[in-house]
Amino acid sequence: MAQAKPKKNGAVAKKLVGMADVVISAAQRSKDPTFEIPIRALSNVSFNPRKGLIEMGEKKQARTFFNVGMAKKFMQTMLVADALAELQQADLTTSLREIYYRTKHTIQDSHENTFDTQDESDPIIEDLEVSLIALREELHVRAENSGSIVGPVVFGDDGDRVDCAKLGKGGYSVPSIVEPEYLEIRRCTADFLLLVEKGTQWNRLSEDKFWRRYNCVLLTGNGQPPRGVRRLARRLHEEYKLPVYVLVDNDPWGYYIYSVVKQGSINLAFESQRMAIPKAKFIGLSSADPERYELPRNVGIKLNEKDVTRAKELLNYQWFQKPAWQQEIKRMLTSGLKYELDALANKDFQYLTKKYLPRKLKEKDWLD
Amino acid sequence: MATKRSSPRAESSTPAPPSEATEPESATARNTSAAAQKSAPAVTAVEMGARQREISVSEFFTKNRHLLGFDNPRKALLTCVKEAVDNSLDACEEAGILPDVTVKLEVVTTGSAPVAPSQATRFRITVTDNGPGIVRQQIPRVFAKLLYGSKFHRMRMSRGQQGIGISAAGMYGQLTTGKPVKVISRTGPRAAAHYFEVQIDTKKNEPLVHENKQIDWSQPQGTEVVLEVEGRYQKGRASVDEWLEQTSIANPHVRLTYHTPEGEQKNYPRTYHELPPSPREIKPHPYGIEFGALLKMLQDTKSHTVASFLASDFCRVSPALAEEICKAAKLSPAAKPRDVKPQAAETLYKTIQTTKIMAPPTNCISPIGEKAILSGLYKQIKGEFYTAVSRPPAVYRGYPFVIEAGLAFGKGPDEVSKPQQTAVPLAEGEDHGNDTEQARVIRYANRVPLLYQQSACATFKAVLSTTWRNYGVSQSRGALPAGPMVIFVHMASVWVPFTSESKEAIADYDEIQKEITLALREAGRRLGIFLRRRERAASEFRRRNIFELYIEEVVAACNRLKGGNLPTEKLKEQLHKIASSRTGGLKTDEALGKTGAGPEGLPHSIIVTAEGIEGEREVAENVPAAASVNLSSSETVPPTKASGRGKRAAATAPAPNKRLPASSVKRKAGQQELFAEAADGKKGSARKTPAKTATATRKRK
Repeated sequence: MAQAKPKKNGAVAKKLVGMADVVISAAQRSKDPTFEIPIRALSNVSFNPRKGLIEMGEKKQARTFFNVGMAKKFMQTMLVADALAELQQADLTTSLREIYYRTKHTIQDSHENTFDTQDESDPIIEDLEVSLIALREELHVRAENSGSIVGPVVFGDDGDRVDCAKLGKGGYSVPSIVEPEYLEIRRCTADFLLLVEKGTQWNRLSEDKFWRRYNCVLLTGNGQPPRGVRRLARRLHEEYKLPVYVLVDNDPWGYYIYSVVKQGSINLAFESQRMAIPKAKFIGLSSADPERYELPRNVGIKLNEKDVTRAKELLNYQWFQKPAWQQEIKRMLTSGLKYELDALANKDFQYLTKKYLPRKLKEKDWLD
Repeated sequence: MATKRSSPRAESSTPAPPSEATEPESATARNTSAAAQKSAPAVTAVEMGARQREISVSEFFTKNRHLLGFDNPRKALLTCVKEAVDNSLDACEEAGILPDVTVKLEVVTTGSAPVAPSQATRFRITVTDNGPGIVRQQIPRVFAKLLYGSKFHRMRMSRGQQGIGISAAGMYGQLTTGKPVKVISRTGPRAAAHYFEVQIDTKKNEPLVHENKQIDWSQPQGTEVVLEVEGRYQKGRASVDEWLEQTSIANPHVRLTYHTPEGEQKNYPRTYHELPPSPREIKPHPYGIEFGALLKMLQDTKSHTVASFLASDFCRVSPALAEEICKAAKLSPAAKPRDVKPQAAETLYKTIQTTKIMAPPTNCISPIGEKAILSGLYKQIKGEFYTAVSRPPAVYRGYPFVIEAGLAFGKGPDEVSKPQQTAVPLAEGEDHGNDTEQARVIRYANRVPLLYQQSACATFKAVLSTTWRNYGVSQSRGALPAGPMVIFVHMASVWVPFTSESKEAIADYDEIQKEITLALREAGRRLGIFLRRRERAASEFRRRNIFELYIEEVVAACNRLKGGNLPTEKLKEQLHKIASSRTGGLKTDEALGKTGAGPEGLPHSIIVTAEGIEGEREVAENVPAAASVNLSSSETVPPTKASGRGKRAAATAPAPNKRLPASSVKRKAGQQELFAEAADGKKGSARKTPAKTATATRKRK
């Protein structure tokens, strides 16, 4: 694996240098230098029911230099490409924000800054990911570490052996880049993987050593799971055949988190191939659970306008067309209430660990 | 007159029975109150009657001085200056003299130590004019009797209306400092100058003369008023300074000299050498009078029949029309006006209101005129674009009026180039513009600036309700337009409807509002043309500039990507070539010179570029009175005529810089200059020289 590393990086670096060649050759032919960038929007994604993935379409937009509206973006694209190439050469990883600072300067003889805010540089990095068909990790750009894992799994990280069964209740903080070159999975004896939306519930399960009793890996992404967490789940699923169960709040955002884990997101559709887990199951909270588990109505929260709009949007997504899902979402809309995972504490502090999940697993009560 | 009842009843807190109370009621009232309390005895109608007496107007105003604009010391100081200056200007203009007015403010020290002007509480105001003077016998009454004057009984456009102002100022001085008003007046070089010290007897509303003598006076003719009043001197909004400055904008025919309390002298030179045509007096229009006024006129008229009364005491009523009105009102045309019964008079009044009568004549109004407004704005406000609009006369409630609007936009050519030299790289969240600056509205009624109660004024409301965004100026909801802009609105009328006696805001009549809006729209439209034209030139420039700037960056990035061994100069050259072919090359400049319309496209406007002035040149260049047009006609001057004169003026005027007489060439040069203006400091060296000469041009004035 260590051998693959320089080779792969070399490929990305070559692609970046190739952008300079586009400019040079266009200039020689007196043509307007142009990049083709795939469009990242709902209009350019489609759901592939056979693969169970959201896939990116073929639509592309041209980014040309000699167009008043695009000149600045073009210039910014070149600057970002330059910074990314620098990272490749020095073999460093960095954050989005550092890229922004690295490329920001005042253009000579003017009062104009190359970038005014990070909001300008972030989309350009995504543009480059898509158009160069390189993952963000391959571009050496990392996100924040905002995931935790605990359970019978052993990693090799920079030569250190990390046994996630021996890290107490805090677990191992999932790095943002978990590609095999950076993170090696040495051993995994778990039976399944439980991806929990909220850190608090993950803590509950970790503290109660749920993973030991049920021999599973506990993973959380603190809300919408970042790429590292999703990619790691995918690797465990793929390489160790672990079934993946997703535990989220019972609200439209929880459903969407599940769908992102399962078939990828609209914005990062180009990465679905590597991150989506089409076989992931939705274990809870289901809109049927309050009745089944006798949660009192008063621990529910009234759906607000945004929730309702979002839920209706979800109803229209191709990947939520299965009858069970339509029923699930409609049931929530009819009840007019949403429930947080935390609400289970109303019955008992350890209700989640001792009653809810065991029963769910026993009854195989999940949605696909 | 119910008002004659003395109003303050300090000793009694219980409500007293009404004066027309019947006997048994007042008896019971007395009984119950006597039983209930001893402290406040009830008052009988007889006792009350004994207390009821006349209140003199002066006494009334002593108590209600806020009605006349003396609410606080700062405003009082302004009001005193204003009343004195208004009187001077009215007098000069009526006598056909170009006014020379000197205003002097001095700190009066009450103790021994000298006080700073900002801390002082007492001021001496001296206003001197070169007017016709006042005859000796009238001086005491003009300055020390309220409601005494020449303007109230006339339907004529003037600054003052009621004859309260200057005497009220004198009374205010008397009240706060105890000092009399000192007046020097001389009616001509051969007449003697008279010196008076007068005070007002507030009970009788009659003047008290303290001093009256002949003196030697250096001025051949004119009047000087000295008031000593309690006040506060503070610069800034609604200050004496601001008022004088605005006065000078709307009255460019006045030479104003102002000695500030700090001892500084400010000169507002005369830039327009012709007096506004004297407004004519008119008779009231039948639509404009109230019923009570009609009754009074019926009593006072000299006519012997109702028909001749209508025809001779009103404007726009012909004898035939008068007969018609009488017939419709079922009144004999030959009836004696004094014999008309109130009921019949009411029918007559209603008939008049429903009869179709021609609008009042409008030649009685003397607007400032577009050229004069332009020269006033140009003189006082630094900007890049000026325009002025005079509306044709209109009528509200039977009173004719004219609305005029003006605009000054921009920061002025010398200021535009300044901030660019000290620019620092911007941090996140910062931006270039201090574009949050809002426009300033300056309001006038009969050439007098209005400084208070802006938001209650019809003019201000009209500015707010105009959609400035249509003209390329940003404006947030319900706010003034944003940008370096001064909006000038003037209403001239024989009777300006103020919302209060202190004349601070114009009342919101629909007809007035409509005219103001139309004037503002026209001014805004011209501003829009200017802004769009400038924007076009700038954006064309920016287009090329963008590529020039970014090529450097792109080439540098490519060079680094290629490991630093790229023939950068060659690449740059290739890219520059593409850039200039894409932006139309040299053709762009020419196209711009052609498409950018000259000042003909913008009547009554001045465009100031870094190189010089475009547009109503003669106004800016101070053409002597002989060359300027007669303003009495409110018709706009045909632009061709104006530009013809402009050419001549340009040719004869001493050239401050290498200016070419042919206006078309000049225009083109101006357009190219617009290019340079838009440059982001890149063309700094190229622009510097013309900018300097422009400053010199300005200083010359």
